[in-house]
This record gives sequence, C-alpha cells and structure tokens, in this order.
Amino acid sequence: MYTIDAKGMYYRDLNRLVREAISKGEKDLLLKNVNGQYYIGDGIRAKDVRITIEGVPGNDLAAFMDGPTIIVKGNAQDNIGNTMNSGKIVVEGHAGDVLGYGMRGGKLHILGDVGYRVGIHMKGYRRQVPVIIAGGRAGDFLGEYMAGGVLILLGLDANGKPIAGDYIGTGMHGGVIFIRGDVDVRRCGAEVGVMEPDENDRKLLKTYLEEYCKDFGLNLDEVMAKEFKKLVPVSLRPYGNLYAY
Amino acid sequence: MFKSLAPPEYLATIDTDKCIRCKRCIQNCGWSVYSWGGDRVLIDTAKCVKCLRCYHYCPVEAIQILDNPVRFRQNAYWSYHHIRNIKRQAETGGIPLTGMGSDQPYPVLFDHLLLDACQVTNPSIDPLREPMELRTYLGKKPSRVEIERGDDGKIRTTTEMPPQIKLEAPFMFSPMSFGSISLNAQKVLAMAAKECGIVMNTGEGGLHEDLLPYRDHIIVQVASGRFGVNPDYLNAGVAVEIKIGQGAKPGIGGHLPGEKIPLEVAKARMIPVGTDALSPAPQHDIYSIEDLRQLIYAIKEATNYKPVSVKIATVHNVAAIASGIVRAGADMVYLDGFRGGTGAAPTIIRDHLGIPIEHAVAAVDDRLRQEGIRNEASIIAAGGIRSSADVAKIIALGADAVAIGTAALITMGCTVCGKCYTGNCSWGITTQRPELTVRLDPEVYAERLINLIHAWSHELKEILGALGLNAIESLRGNRERLRGVGLDTQTLDILGVKPAGR
Ligand code: SF4
Ligand code: SF4
Repeated sequence: MYTIDAKGMYYRDLNRLVREAISKGEKDLLLKNVNGQYYIGDGIRAKDVRITIEGVPGNDLAAFMDGPTIIVKGNAQDNIGNTMNSGKIVVEGHAGDVLGYGMRGGKLHILGDVGYRVGIHMKGYRRQVPVIIAGGRAGDFLGEYMAGGVLILLGLDANGKPIAGDYIGTGMHGGVIFIRGDVDVRRCGAEVGVMEPDENDRKLLKTYLEEYCKDFGLNLDEVMAKEFKKLVPVSLRPYGNLYAY
Repeated sequence: MFKSLAPPEYLATIDTDKCIRCKRCIQNCGWSVYSWGGDRVLIDTAKCVKCLRCYHYCPVEAIQILDNPVRFRQNAYWSYHHIRNIKRQAETGGIPLTGMGSDQPYPVLFDHLLLDACQVTNPSIDPLREPMELRTYLGKKPSRVEIERGDDGKIRTTTEMPPQIKLEAPFMFSPMSFGSISLNAQKVLAMAAKECGIVMNTGEGGLHEDLLPYRDHIIVQVASGRFGVNPDYLNAGVAVEIKIGQGAKPGIGGHLPGEKIPLEVAKARMIPVGTDALSPAPQHDIYSIEDLRQLIYAIKEATNYKPVSVKIATVHNVAAIASGIVRAGADMVYLDGFRGGTGAAPTIIRDHLGIPIEHAVAAVDDRLRQEGIRNEASIIAAGGIRSSADVAKIIALGADAVAIGTAALITMGCTVCGKCYTGNCSWGITTQRPELTVRLDPEVYAERLINLIHAWSHELKEILGALGLNAIESLRGNRERLRGVGLDTQTLDILGVKPAGR
C-alpha cells in the first residue's frame, strides 16, 4: 500500500502525487488526514486502482473519473462522481448535494444520508448503467432530469420520516428510481409514474443490493424485507406537447 | 379536417407550362410540400418554409416561392406575426419555436459604426505587398514577462506562458452540436477549421469518432446535459468550454426534439432513441461564481490544465458576470449576443431577452480593464457576425476573436429560413434524416467555407491596411478607430466611441 499524508496539503499537490503514483503503477493508495481537498480522483483513468481516503474529501470527488475504486472512511461532501464514467465510490458515512450529476457509468454507494439534487441527469446507454445507492434519506429533487441509470434509496434509519424530499424525478425521461418504503406521489414530479416492482425488478434490486450490503456489512435479507416502489418516467418526451411547431 | 386560421406564410407555386415533371422538387423538399398527383405536382403550401431548396434544384426555373400576399389587415401595432402567433397558440396551446437568431428590427449597432482610414498624414499599408498579421492567441496572458540573456547571448523569457490556442485568423466556428446539426455539417466545420488554422466547437452533443482526426482544431463543450462528456472527450480537443448560456435563449435550457435523436445521436448522448434530449436551464452544480470556479478547476485537473472557456449569453449585468468568470479562472470568456443563432428556441425568448453583442463587448472590455484583469482572459464575441466589417468593428470594441455560426451554415446552403427545430432542413444541415444529410457532401462544402474564411481574412487585411495597421493586435480594443453615426450620447458613452466628425 502506498501512503500519502495529506495533512495541510494543497489540493493540486495532493492530486498530482496521486496521479504520479498511479502512473508509476501503484494499485493501492491510502490518503491519510484528508481534510476537504477538492478533486481527488478527478479524471483518473485506470482500472484496478484502489484509493482509500481517511478523513473528509472535498467537493468533486471522482469527477469525470474512469475506472478506479475510491473508499471514503467517513463522510464526504458535494458533487461526488460528477459526470463520472466508470469505477466505484464507497462512502462509509453521509454525503452532500448534487451527487452523480450527469453520471454515465460506475457505482456510487453511500451508507448514510444524501443531500439535494442527487442523480441529476444520470444517463445510460445499453450496458453502461450508472448506479447510485444511498442507505439513508435524500433531499429534494432526487433524480431530476434523469435520463438513464438506476437510483436506489433505502431510508434505513428513516424512523417514519419521509425518505425523499420534494420534486422526486421532475423532468425524468429515462432510467429508474427504487425507493424502499412508501412514496407519496404528491412529492413526485408530474413526469413520474409510481408502480410496484415486478419479479425482474426484484432480481435486479437484489444484485445491486447484494454488492452494496457487502460493502457495508449489512444484512441483505433485512434490506430486502421491506417493499420497494419503482419510479419510472411516464413519457420519453415529457415536454413533447409544450411547443407549437 | 380543421383548417388552421393561421394563413400560410409562403405560397409555393409551380408554373405548369414550364414544369417538365422531373419530380426533383418532390425529392428535394424536406418539408414534404410537394407530392405527385398522377399528371402534375401537388402542393401543400402551408408546410413551406421558404428554404428555397426546390427552387435551386428545379432545372427549368418553374418554381416561385412567394410571400403570401394574403395578410391580416395592415396594422402598425398588431403585426402579422403577433396575430398569427396568437392564432397558432389558440389552436395548439403551445410555445412557438424558432431557429436562427432574432430577426426583429431592433437597432443594429454595427450599422451605426464606421471604421477610420488613413489619409495624407499617416500612410496606409498595402496588404498585398506587405506582411499583415492576423494570427491570434487565445488564453491567459501573464501580467508581466521576465526575460534573461542566455549563455548563447540570446534573449528569452523565463515567465511560464499559460496554454494558448493559436488561430491563424481571429475566427472560430461557434458551438453546434451533433444532434442539432448533422454529422456532415460538423465535418464541414472541422475540415474547414483545420485547413484555415482555426477551431470549431463540438457544442453539447459529444464528439463523434469521425471528428478525431481534427482534434487539434476542436474545442469540446460541457453543458448542463453533460452529453458525451467523459475523460477522453475532455482531453480530445485543444480546450474545454463550459456553456452557461446561449444568446438566443439566455437563461433557458435546451430541448433537442426527439425527431432529431436517431441511433447515432442517442449513442453519442447516451440517452434513449427518440426522447427529447433535455439540457437543464442551469447547470445544477453551478449556482454561483464559486461553483463555476469549482467546475473550471475540476476540468483543469482532469485535463492537465487545458484552457477553459466559459460561454454566456449577454444579459444586462454582463460586465460584472464576465469579471466573475475571469476571476473564477476561465482562460476565455465567450460572449453570445442576443442576435445569436440557435437550432431551437422559444420565439418569445429569442426576441425579447438579452442585449446586443456590441454593447456587451464594450462593457466587458471596459470592466476587465478597469479591474486590471483584461490580460487574464480572451474575449470571444459571437451572436450575429455577418461580415468581416462586423468582425473588425467588434474587435475594435474589445474582442480578441469572433465565433461564427450562421454565416458558416449559409456557406452550406442555409437560407436562414429559421425552421431548424423541425429536423427537416432540406439542405441536410439541421436534420438527422439520412436522406437529407447525404446531400451535404463534406468535401464540397468545406471548400466553400474555407473560401469564406479566406475571403473575410483578405477583407480584414484590407481594412487593417487602410487603417495603417499591420496586425490585428493593434486594432484590438482600439475604439479610437471607430466613430458612431446616428447614436445618442449615452450609447456612444457605453461603446466608448466618439461621434463621426469628432
Ligand atoms: S423545398 Fe423549401 S422552399 Fe421549396 S417547397 Fe419545400 S419548404 Fe418550400
Ligand atoms: S439550417 Fe436549414 S432549417 Fe435552419 S435556417 Fe438554414 S436552411 Fe433553414
């Protein structure tokens, strides 16, 4: 394991060291004492690389990232996985706003709560399916403008509080959102249809959640024990009638 | 069937005596105006948009496209278009869309500005016989340059130069995405950019692999839909542009209609075939200058510090916004005036929001100078550049280079009919219908676009020569060489230009 002590380090220097280590062939990196440095993993293209972060990484963690796995041993901030292409991020705590904006592939597993505007305009094409799973609750505008991919919200410790905020899936025109528990349709965008998952959906959920539960040592059966709701766009062209041609 | 009470704008007419029944008009019209009636061509004139494709391909000049003489009663207040739009809206409940830049008769400042010339007291320069420099470098310039004399006795700078984009002439092609225009149209732009030593811009629609050979002449764009953006894409071109807004539709997002999303476009954008490609109005990770800075540097980190351009629509507060953009770390500020073109915008937005590019460039250049940060970023001016005279004038007002879109499309056959949003462009430009896009042979039309850039470059040199200048650099922000005619004092003040005669 290759260790970098990030204490007091400027983000540009830290990220340069990370990139240099990876280009020299390091596969397993540990960043210690990270404290808000931006852009860790930004634009890195490498498979089989693992970056473990101790401390709280700053905004835009793994933006445009293509391949690596990042494990955050604590909370993380905003804009994780911005337009990310592939790879995986595991956050063993809470995470902030605008996660996975325009995400094109890869996985984002978050143990705790997530903020506003998570999964905006996620995309998917054939086998490139981005997945975001959050174990806690989410703020408003979950899956806004969603065009593809999978968003799963578990609300594990919701204790009766609403799992997702308002305006779920406004402008959604592709992809699917699964929410564990009941969904108040009044909180959903007009473009969203709420339905029961079918057998295939449940199989799919199980594959995704199996990996998720393994990451955090959770019990899959308990997670699957509660009913899910499936949210999909009612139209591929939510604004098709808006215009006079 | 209910006949629309909005009368057709144009009357497509065929002189049946001249017509030889070759049916070329039927093949050529992208809007299906014509069909074969057994012995003659039938005409559904309500669909005609006056793109003139049929006229050009009629071998016997049998076709005329007339402006419909049947108009509502002349009224200086309730114009034909006001009444017609209300009727269309009453019938559909929808928002009328349009393509291209605003055609409304707002004052055109370019047409109230005149350039200087040398007489007697200072010699003009003949560009045919003397060197004339149009080369332009875009990007941050250091605020001071340190030099030293090396061991070999030669002087060199020790200041590290930020990355620059080299243009052989102060032009670039404005962003037009694969989806809004056809791949062939993008190829025309790329080939011409390479040949002319300038750059084209992918717009927000990904980079098709066919354009990779031209990567040294391509700026890639990142916008709110993040279509086609991955690390390869970010690193593919010479710079990355963050699109915040567009002159034709400031403050609103983009809806590329499902009709223009066949398989190839869907693949490039990673969305389902036939959906509307939605670009949200704001980028939801940018609600402030600080957020913009965050994205600029996220891109720089991902590209080993390539130059980043930020494109905005020119709105009332443009000078302060541009200052923020420069301070956020942008290497270029791309200003798109309210006349700027579009593939699709609500007409009401296009015609009533934003400010002209002339005011905006003058205001931004002033502001950046006052704040001592003009060297930190280049200004690219766009939005209705119609000729090399417009280019010279906007550069004199303070721009470093211009971006042209509509003018480039006109070389491909476009007649500015304004119906790009339908996806039916008969010229194969703003359409994805394969039978229409094959018409646009990239080799043939690249040649025409190259001709245009060469012609404008020659004209610019002539203008510079007449001004007694031998480099475009000397015209930049040189407002002393401009005079206003018929402009009020306040406008002159904003432009920093004296009235003619002073
Ligand atoms: S080709 Fe163009 S001008 Fe001719 S009929 Fe069709 S729409 Fe009208
Ligand atoms: S690109 Fe085509 S549809 Fe658009 S204005 Fe030009 S001719 Fe008309």
